[in-house]
Amino acid sequence: MDTSVGPTAEVDSKQSLAFNTLTFENRLRQPSEFAEIAVEIRRDIIRSLVRAGSGHSGGPLGSSDIFAVLYFGGIMRYNPSDMHWNGRDRFVLSAGHMAPVLYSTLANAGCFPKEELGTLRKFGTRLQGHPGRDMHLPGIETSSGSLGQGISIAVGMAISDKLIDRNDHCVFTLTGDGELQEGSVWEAAMAASNFKLDNFCWLIDNNDCQIDGRVPDVMNVYPIAEKCTAFGFDTFVADGHDYADIMRAFDRFRENHVNKVGKPTAIVFRTYMGHGVSYMNDKFEWHGKPPTKDQAIAALEELAGNE
Amino acid sequence: MELLGSKPTRHGFGEGLVTLGERYENVVVLGGDITGSVMTQLFKDKFPDRFFSIGVAEQNATTIAAGLALSGKIPFFASYGAFCALRNADQLRISVCYNDVNVKIGGGHSGISVGPDGATHQVLEEIAYLRTLPHMTMLVPADFEEARKATIAMGEMIGPAYIRFGRSPVPLFTTSETPFAIGKAHVIKDGNDVALIACGALVWESLLAADDLAKSGINARVINAPSIKPFDFNTVTQAARECGCIVTAEEHQVHAGLGGAVAECTAKNAPVPIEFVGVKDSFGGSGEPEELMEKFGLTWKEIAAAARVAMKRRDKGSSGVRSIVEP
Repeated sequence: MDTSVGPTAEVDSKQSLAFNTLTFENRLRQPSEFAEIAVEIRRDIIRSLVRAGSGHSGGPLGSSDIFAVLYFGGIMRYNPSDMHWNGRDRFVLSAGHMAPVLYSTLANAGCFPKEELGTLRKFGTRLQGHPGRDMHLPGIETSSGSLGQGISIAVGMAISDKLIDRNDHCVFTLTGDGELQEGSVWEAAMAASNFKLDNFCWLIDNNDCQIDGRVPDVMNVYPIAEKCTAFGFDTFVADGHDYADIMRAFDRFRENHVNKVGKPTAIVFRTYMGHGVSYMNDKFEWHGKPPTKDQAIAALEELAGNE
Repeated sequence: MELLGSKPTRHGFGEGLVTLGERYENVVVLGGDITGSVMTQLFKDKFPDRFFSIGVAEQNATTIAAGLALSGKIPFFASYGAFCALRNADQLRISVCYNDVNVKIGGGHSGISVGPDGATHQVLEEIAYLRTLPHMTMLVPADFEEARKATIAMGEMIGPAYIRFGRSPVPLFTTSETPFAIGKAHVIKDGNDVALIACGALVWESLLAADDLAKSGINARVINAPSIKPFDFNTVTQAARECGCIVTAEEHQVHAGLGGAVAECTAKNAPVPIEFVGVKDSFGGSGEPEELMEKFGLTWKEIAAAARVAMKRRDKGSSGVRSIVEP
């Protein structure tokens, strides 16, 4: 673990902003084991965003706990040294602007060197502002960023697995809650249910924030869980910052998949935008901007103290 | 080229799909509720396990197709061109073309020859859009047989592709022996006085125009250009150099379609006067196909008249001698 930053340490800004080489395994864990991983994901998000000088802070930080469980809790099957492995489960980031959390997660899983996180959004990088498949970054299944499309792509993958190849692979996709304003999201939901895709797991990052403000003030999308249920999903609402609750939600999906319930699963994760960094917590203003250097150092210190 | 009969290009698409289904087990088809109209029903009847009905949701169908392609399938999605080229424009741009995946789109009922359905269903703008998309292949076959060949060819190439076909029967004049290749335009009648470059239903009209011009001693070259993208710069440049003037003809807006592709090519390689036959910045309307083709000036008569104008401009030695014409 990077020991150069701490709540009381004299901060050498160069060191505190440096990436370390720490990676984590994907295996069954106790809920208490995820905090360390989520902190590292969050610190890498801060480090990459402050270097990039632009990008989205709020959503990535707010969803880090979900990513920690999904990628490091034995939920998803993947091989970090071969992300094209045929037997893998797939993850599609429909909310493409949340790319920093996916990049940080993949780097912490060992899919590519962590120093590469420092190239986020820079000329020639594989870590495009929004995921670009043309960059061939291990773990990026598809380009995304035009909201509402990733979930349909994930439905196509799930049809391929369940109805054509008839294998036992799962497909996970994450949308934001503002993204639910895109009508095609509901076309995808309708199709997932129509094709009885019990290998399909829809994660909704319900932080109630989007660029212009609180979600209901911009365009109300509530009630979310009821809508998912009405569209034919087995819907589970979970606290997106409580590891035990996140694990329960994924267990529910696993059971649905194994028991072939003939329904897709939706998990509405209640989260706070910017969670983990107190000055960003639940503030929609942090949707689409990076921290300054001073703010980044303060965030890294706070995260180090919370390990 | 002689007239061999009359058949809709959509039938060629439907039959081509069945051939692909027989050859490749990873070819799958997505339906958009009008499977009978766009002839995907033929595939559905033969390969029900590889057909998926998505309903009236073209954005979703296009993006689901991208997901299927990312999982190693070769998905075809067909609907009316108005809905599977433009309503889903962003899905085509990001999920299909930026991803550079094997998604194949069949755009039916294209142009005004759809007839009675009227302007909402008469797509006249999609050639312009699709040919600006990186990685996209865009094909406009001239008759049934070419549509069949083009469908098979787009299934056998790697990458995104779109085929434009129509509803009404159109003259059949190519055979299984007639050459077809993505990226190629073909001289189907030789001549050096003026080049008539056309796609779709207007290829036959161009042949009729050439017959008419021959009566006045004008020897027109007729070029069938089904591959809008990739475009055959060689054949078009050669025509410009050897004929010195060009007429383009298409069942599409005169802006940015085949005419635009020809103009871009010749402006760089061999600037010559060009006359554009197409719909002149207007929407279609209800009517019988023949009535509409007549009303919007998409027959051999307009092509022949345009050829005479193009030749006159060439013979005056400058393409800028007449007053400004819009569009």
